[in-house]
Amino acid sequence: MDSARSDFVALKILVAGGFGVGKTTLVGAVSEIRPLRTEEAMTTAGVGVDRTEGVEAKSTTTVAMDFGRISLREDLALYLFGTPGQDRFWFLWDELAQGALGAIVLADTRRLADCFPAVDYFERRGVPFLVALNQFEDSRRFEPGAVAAALDLDTGTPVVGCDARDRQSVKEVLIALVAHAGRRHAELARATAGT
Amino acid sequence: MPTNDRASWYDEQAGPLVRLYALTRGRARPSPVLLDLLSLVTADNDPARDPMLSPEQAAVLTLCRIRPRSVADLAADLDLPLGVTRVILTDLLEYGHIRVTRPVRPTALPTERLLQEVIDGLRAL
Repeated sequence: MDSARSDFVALKILVAGGFGVGKTTLVGAVSEIRPLRTEEAMTTAGVGVDRTEGVEAKSTTTVAMDFGRISLREDLALYLFGTPGQDRFWFLWDELAQGALGAIVLADTRRLADCFPAVDYFERRGVPFLVALNQFEDSRRFEPGAVAAALDLDTGTPVVGCDARDRQSVKEVLIALVAHAGRRHAELARATAGT
Repeated sequence: MPTNDRASWYDEQAGPLVRLYALTRGRARPSPVLLDLLSLVTADNDPARDPMLSPEQAAVLTLCRIRPRSVADLAADLDLPLGVTRVILTDLLEYGHIRVTRPVRPTALPTERLLQEVIDGLRAL
């Protein structure tokens, strides 16, 4: 049906966080996960630098992202993109972040600092996000409030616990993110209308 | 010239014998047509009808004839890097073999109803 197809809605959700925190596990828990390769010139590493001409060192690298699709209906799908954890792949994020509904920052309380860059990035970009604490067996349970304070999160940014291996738990995280994104967008709409 | 009785001088361990840029005729990036990760590709043509198509181009048409597929899905299906996939798609677009539609997505403000539908959909999974 042509009419159904033109109405197809694809929403993008990013999954970020430090290396080895469980991003692949999380994406795989709710969707059929596949690797998505992208080749990048490492010279692009200077994000935000406009100059593209000039001397180009031809070093390219292939970066694999985790990519999962959740079909909610014939005409509605969520796409999850697990972003590479290392800082040097950040230039990939700009395309991913564009038009994203929101982002999950997956954190390990034993290495909370690993998610600082992701938090910083999404705050500056105005991408709605929440922090999901992946509960590892030997990790101490933290109060969400304490984590929010430690990460210096903007007021209203949710901190939730989760088990990245558990489908139900990851579904709850996604639901919390979508609800939060809805609130953020409503706030933006009010702010725009008010000025 | 009979060549079929010669044993192959290479095996699987030789790695790919065709470099990726050969698939794209030397081009490293797609033309300026922006192919968003979530743009949907639809194919109308039967790949068997055009003998000029490369195997990769034919594969795209075969995949997209079943149902429209996103650029990201295609790259994963074809097991090709995103940039190479985009070049292949750009050519197919120029030849008029495919149609590309931008995804309807909340560029600024997703409606409350849509988000509620997403939440309901997730609950029902």
